[in-house]
Amino acid sequence: MKSWLTTTDHKRIGLLYFWTAFGFFLLGGLEALVIRAQLAKPEGIGVSAEFYNQMFTMHGTTMVFLALMPLSAAFFNFIIPLQIGARDVAFPRLNAFSYWVFLLGGLFINASFLAGPLFGADRLSVAPDGGWFGYANLTSKQFSPGPNIDFWLLGLQILGIASLAAGFNFIVTILNMRAPGMKMLRLPAFSWMTLVTQFLVITAFPVITVALVLLMFDRFFGTHFFIPAGGGDPILWQHLFWLFGHPEVYILILPAMGIVSEVLPTFSRKPLFGYTVVVYSGVLIGFMGWGVWSHHMFAAGLGPIADSVFSATTMLIAVPTGVKIFNWIATLWGGQLRFPTAMLFALGFVSMFIIGGLSGVSHGSPPADLQQTDTYYVVAHIHYVLFGGTMLGLFAGMYYWWPKMTGRQLSETLGKWHFWLTFVGMNLAFFPMHFSGLLGMPRRIYTYGAELGVTGFNVVSTIGAFLIGAATLVFFVNLLRTRRHGAPAGNDPWGGATLEWAIPSPPPVYNFTVIPQVASRLPLWRTERQAPMAPLPLTPPAPIHVPGGSWWPMFTAFGLPVMAIGALSHQVWLVLVGVAVVITGIYRWAYEPFEV
Amino acid sequence: MSEQGRAGEVHATTGTYLRVAAILVIVTFIEVGIFYVPAFQGVLVPLLLALSALKFTLVVMFYMHLKFDNRFFMFLFGGPLLLALVVVIGLLFLFFGAVRLRAGM
Amino acid sequence: MSQAHATSMGLDSRKMAFWAFIGSECLLFGSLISTYLIYKGKSLVGPYPHEILNIPFTSFSTFDLLMSSLAMVLALAAIQRGDMKQGKTWLFVTAFLGLVFLGGQVWEFSHFMHEGLGLTTNLFGSTFYVLTGTHGTHVTVGVIWLLTLWVQALRGKLGPGQALTVEITGLYWHFVDVVWIVIFTVVYLIQ
Repeated sequence: MKSWLTTTDHKRIGLLYFWTAFGFFLLGGLEALVIRAQLAKPEGIGVSAEFYNQMFTMHGTTMVFLALMPLSAAFFNFIIPLQIGARDVAFPRLNAFSYWVFLLGGLFINASFLAGPLFGADRLSVAPDGGWFGYANLTSKQFSPGPNIDFWLLGLQILGIASLAAGFNFIVTILNMRAPGMKMLRLPAFSWMTLVTQFLVITAFPVITVALVLLMFDRFFGTHFFIPAGGGDPILWQHLFWLFGHPEVYILILPAMGIVSEVLPTFSRKPLFGYTVVVYSGVLIGFMGWGVWSHHMFAAGLGPIADSVFSATTMLIAVPTGVKIFNWIATLWGGQLRFPTAMLFALGFVSMFIIGGLSGVSHGSPPADLQQTDTYYVVAHIHYVLFGGTMLGLFAGMYYWWPKMTGRQLSETLGKWHFWLTFVGMNLAFFPMHFSGLLGMPRRIYTYGAELGVTGFNVVSTIGAFLIGAATLVFFVNLLRTRRHGAPAGNDPWGGATLEWAIPSPPPVYNFTVIPQVASRLPLWRTERQAPMAPLPLTPPAPIHVPGGSWWPMFTAFGLPVMAIGALSHQVWLVLVGVAVVITGIYRWAYEPFEV
Repeated sequence: MSEQGRAGEVHATTGTYLRVAAILVIVTFIEVGIFYVPAFQGVLVPLLLALSALKFTLVVMFYMHLKFDNRFFMFLFGGPLLLALVVVIGLLFLFFGAVRLRAGM
Repeated sequence: MSQAHATSMGLDSRKMAFWAFIGSECLLFGSLISTYLIYKGKSLVGPYPHEILNIPFTSFSTFDLLMSSLAMVLALAAIQRGDMKQGKTWLFVTAFLGLVFLGGQVWEFSHFMHEGLGLTTNLFGSTFYVLTGTHGTHVTVGVIWLLTLWVQALRGKLGPGQALTVEITGLYWHFVDVVWIVIFTVVYLIQ
């Protein structure tokens, strides 16, 4: 147990991320089911407006920051060092720090559900309720007097630190720790997409940090950054938020695109078609993602010139995305296709992401968006790209890499049930939303009138949502089952091409007995130019030094929620205690003997 | 742990550092001078921006050693720096530029 | 965090991470500077910048910080060639000049408050204090960092083998100086 708390091993940290993120995913799913139960009919199940606001806020915040990003991080952690032929990441203790900060940030923000009495509220839950995007000036003290938004803005600042630290770590890891011969254009597609994602993280998160700090100053110290009465402009919040928010959606989708770019070739027994183009498209999406942010603000009155510019850039960004889709399809074409669950989810990704991408393109037209914005049409788009896209891609990754991570196969029977229930469920849940949205059903309403004519669509959506819930339970059972009943997996259950399949499942603590010399992009496959890499020795020729654990990353991480609680409860001394914990932790960390 | 410096492995000397420091001080004097001399008011903004960009570049290139280090560090810093500049300019346009033709404004 | 293994780009991982961090900080300060510029001239009440900003005083602060950067490179050069006596001295001078800067900021802030410019008085106050306060916090962290190294040097535990650590300290310090160069121009000189 202690070894898990002090671990700096990327594989263990990856597993910690996985289980923690999966737990938050279930929580976010529960929040979704409350929403759907409430919306199944007008007047719903009797959820109050206030609680409903908390549900959709926490559903969004949890899914984006506590489920999707950390699930991707689980794979960054476990798989990236293996794919590049390294023994660990560049900064193992910083890696552990990121995990603990994530866990503590997630616990902090969810503690709000039970913290009402501590703040003299008349209810148990004071969970954030301003939407996952926290628009000003609804989030001002005047319109949100309780601690709800404070939990949100403090929690997100904590989580931001986790992401930033991981961003620096993986950039250096991918660039500087590759095995000999692993040139950049021999990197697996997943590693490339991760690299682009981390650059987006380190540039976008500072912007939301500033936005959150300004909001914090408004709420705690009485400034007027977003308060019109004091000269502030709430639109500034939208700009700062979406300057972060748009790169964030690429942070959410690129890793899944990377996963799919690994899974499709493996189960087509064919290399990724147009690998170089796929890589460059990913890089281009990263850059262009910075030029589209105000397409989230077409209804905010920016004026025709701004709208036109952002409309044009938004249409343009569909190009590299579309290119990738064509490359994936071309990968399948003429391949020897096999359809284990991982492949089904990867194919699901491609098809569902196309649908989500199409609704996205329609959003790119300001006149069309004026009707779509703030309606369920957007909810349809979001969920097709983030569930149909990212989540299906992550599931593909789970089925693909679970054997490597645990040494056990997941049940294919349960897997297929999981896939089909999910696929049917998600389409039932989200497709009708295109229609209910265009018929005028607004977002973020806790009830609606029968006269709106969208009841039928909502019923179908609710059924779909519960189907997804059932499907997820099937998956959870599958995960738990494999510990006892999963067939042992060898090094390479799928016939993969990349380095992670050259070593045992699960890998030994040092990953590779000998760091491989890489001669191609597909080291384990026979290609026209290259024989497969020779098998690595079974045991290391000499003892391999593996760094031990450390308490200091976790210790330092603890200082952050202490600071947040101090701020939340207006106790400066507690904030200072938190600062002292952080500083002490950093000093002990810096002076601790630790050899990578 | 030797680093691959750029071709030439030229390292700045103490003399270089002192010269850079002198230029930085002189440029600061000029900036403040321009600020006070009414004749320059018209070109104040572009001139000051250019001068501070010069100071910025000198510190980054020489004191932070970027001129002599591996090209990659320039990319690692320059990319986000360029992005930050684009973001600042974009926001200024959105708040002050001709784009601000809102209905009724 | 030692660098015992070869790296695929032949670069030190800590240095690479730090340049990435500095890149990230460009976006942080860029957002704060954007906020300042967007709200420039939008304050509903005074005091206004031209009434209260003290150019001569701030010029001295700027000069002080520039000299601290000089001290920093001299410290690094000394430590790289093993001259720990010079190294210790210049490290201390850098930290000292940093403290002088901070002292100046404290004086400036309290003077402004005295003149009626508080954090919440108007948009100028809010954006000014948050921007320069964030910068000042960075300087404070830098001073603590430098003094830590200085103490390490006094104990004989800092030498040419730790030159990279000192170099990275320098990168941080110079960056903080460079941000000030921008702030001095954008906030003080361009009114």
